[in-house]
Amino acid sequence: MRGVTLQYKTRDHLVTATYRVDFQVFRSDRFILLGPSGCGKSTLLKAVGGYMSPVEGEIRLKGGIVTKPGPDRMMVFQEFDQLLPWKTVTENVVFALVASGRLAGAAAVEKAREAIAKVNLTKFADNLPHTLSGGMKQRVAIARGMAMEPDILLMDEPFAALDALTRRKMQDELLQLWDDTRFTVLFVTHSIPEAVRIGSRILLLSPHPGQVKAELNSLPRDRMESDPGALQALEKKIHSMLFADIVEPEVQHG
Amino acid sequence: MADPVSVVRPERYGQPVEPAAFGIVEKPLSAWERLGNVGALRKLALLVVLALAWEGYARWLGNPLLFPTFSATLAAFAEAVASGDLPGKAWTSIKVLLAGYAAGILCAGTLTVVAISTRIGTDLLELLTSMFNPLPAIALLPLALIWFGLGYGSIVFVIIHSVLWAVALNTHSGFLAVSNTLRMVGRNYGLSGLRYVGAILIPAAFPSILTGLKIGWAFAWRTLIAAELVFGVSSGSGGLGWFIYENKNQLEIPAVFAGLLTVIIIGLVVENVIFRTVEARTVRRWGMQS
Repeated sequence: MRGVTLQYKTRDHLVTATYRVDFQVFRSDRFILLGPSGCGKSTLLKAVGGYMSPVEGEIRLKGGIVTKPGPDRMMVFQEFDQLLPWKTVTENVVFALVASGRLAGAAAVEKAREAIAKVNLTKFADNLPHTLSGGMKQRVAIARGMAMEPDILLMDEPFAALDALTRRKMQDELLQLWDDTRFTVLFVTHSIPEAVRIGSRILLLSPHPGQVKAELNSLPRDRMESDPGALQALEKKIHSMLFADIVEPEVQHG
Repeated sequence: MADPVSVVRPERYGQPVEPAAFGIVEKPLSAWERLGNVGALRKLALLVVLALAWEGYARWLGNPLLFPTFSATLAAFAEAVASGDLPGKAWTSIKVLLAGYAAGILCAGTLTVVAISTRIGTDLLELLTSMFNPLPAIALLPLALIWFGLGYGSIVFVIIHSVLWAVALNTHSGFLAVSNTLRMVGRNYGLSGLRYVGAILIPAAFPSILTGLKIGWAFAWRTLIAAELVFGVSSGSGGLGWFIYENKNQLEIPAVFAGLLTVIIIGLVVENVIFRTVEARTVRRWGMQS
C-alpha cells in the first residue's frame, strides 16, 4: 500500500528552519509533527502545502513532486480567519469545491451539506462566519477540508487557539471523523497530550534547526483508555526526549 | 475582615434550572428610545436644526442678494424644478459624472491588478499616485480643452483623473492588507490570476475599496462642478455648474443657492442611500466593519 508517500528532505534557508528532515506518511496515517516552538514544524507543513519550496531535497505526493499549493493538500490553519467572511458556512464549503473544480452546482451543495452535517453544524449552515464561535469556525474549516477529499489533510495547530474544554471536544470529534472516513492527516502540534491522543504515528523534532529526533508509534486508542499507565509512560518518554537538550545547558550555566 | 487565608471549604453544587423554566425577560424600549435608534431620524433632526439656523441668520441679515433665506431658496428650488430646468441640468451633470466615474474605476482596477501581480507594477502605481494624486484635476482642464475640445470629452478626462488615483490607492492598500491566511486559503483552492483577485482579494479588501469609491465619488463631483463653472463662459450645454454660473450672472442668488442645494441633496442621497445600502449588504453583513 503505497498511498501517500511523502519524502521531505532538507531545508537550508538563510534561517534554517529544518535541516535534512525526512519522513514518510502512509495512507490513513494520523501523522503528527511534534516539537517545541522553533523546530520548524509549521514551516514543514507549509512546504508540504506547497507555499514554500525546499532548498535541498524534495517533497513527493503520490510520486509527483510538490511545487505549488493545490486542492489535493487541503490545509486547516490555526487562525480563525481562514473562512471567507463574505460567504455563509455552506457557501464557504461549496466555494472551495467549485473554485478548485472538484464539483459543480447541486453536487457541490450536496457534498457541502454532508460535510457540514458530519461536524454537527447543520443548524448553522446559513450563518456567516463572524457569528460563529472559534471552535465552530475550526469545525467548518475541517468540514471544508474533508469535503474536498484531499490526498492528505494538513492541520496546522488547528485547536491551539481554543480553550481547553473545546479543544478536548474537537480532538474527540476529529478522531470520530477519522473512524468514519479514514482520511490521511498530517497534524502539527506542540502539545504532547494532543499528539498522543490524536496521532497514530508521531515525529519528534528538535529545535533550531528542526531535525528528526524520533519517529514513534502512539498507543492504540483502546489501550489508551484501559491502560492509563502506558499512556503516561509514553507522554513522559516524549517529554524527556524533547526537553533533554534544553535542560542540560541550563544546568551548566548554573 | 480577617486575613484571606486559604481555608478548606466544603464543595458546593448548584442545580441548573432548565432555560425554559425562567422564560425570557424583556424590557420594552420607550417610544423616544426607539425613535432615537433610527439613524436616519437623528440625521433628519440635525438637518432641521441647520435649516432653522440658516433661516434665522438670513432673516437677521436681511440681505437677499448676499444670503437669501432658506424659504426663498426652497421657493427658487421648487420653481426651477417645476420648469424642468434644474432636473434637466442635474441629469446632464450626472450622466457625465457616471461616465467619468465608471471609466476612472475601470482604469484604477486595471492598474491595481497589474500592481499586485508584478513588482514593477507596484512601483509604477506608487510612482504614478505620488506624482498625480496631489495634482488638482481642474489644473488639467486647460490641457484637456486643447486635447479633447470644449465639452463632454474634456470633463470626462478630468473626472477620470480625479477618481483614478484615490480609488487605485485605496484598493491597492486594501489588497496589501488582506490576511495571509485568506491568501493561502485561496491558493489552496488552486485559484490564480484574475479568478484569485476576483474571488478572494476583492471581497477581502472590500472595506478599503468602498472607502476609495466614496472618496472617488466626492472628488468626481467637485471636479465636475468646478469644470462646469469654467465651461459656463463659452458653452451653452452645461450642467449644474452652468446653472449656478448663469444665475449668478443674472443675480438670481436664491437660484444659485438652489443649485448648490441640488448638489448637496444628490451627495446626501448617494452617500446615505446608495453607499449605505452597499455597506450594509456587504462589509457589515460579513462582520468586517461594525
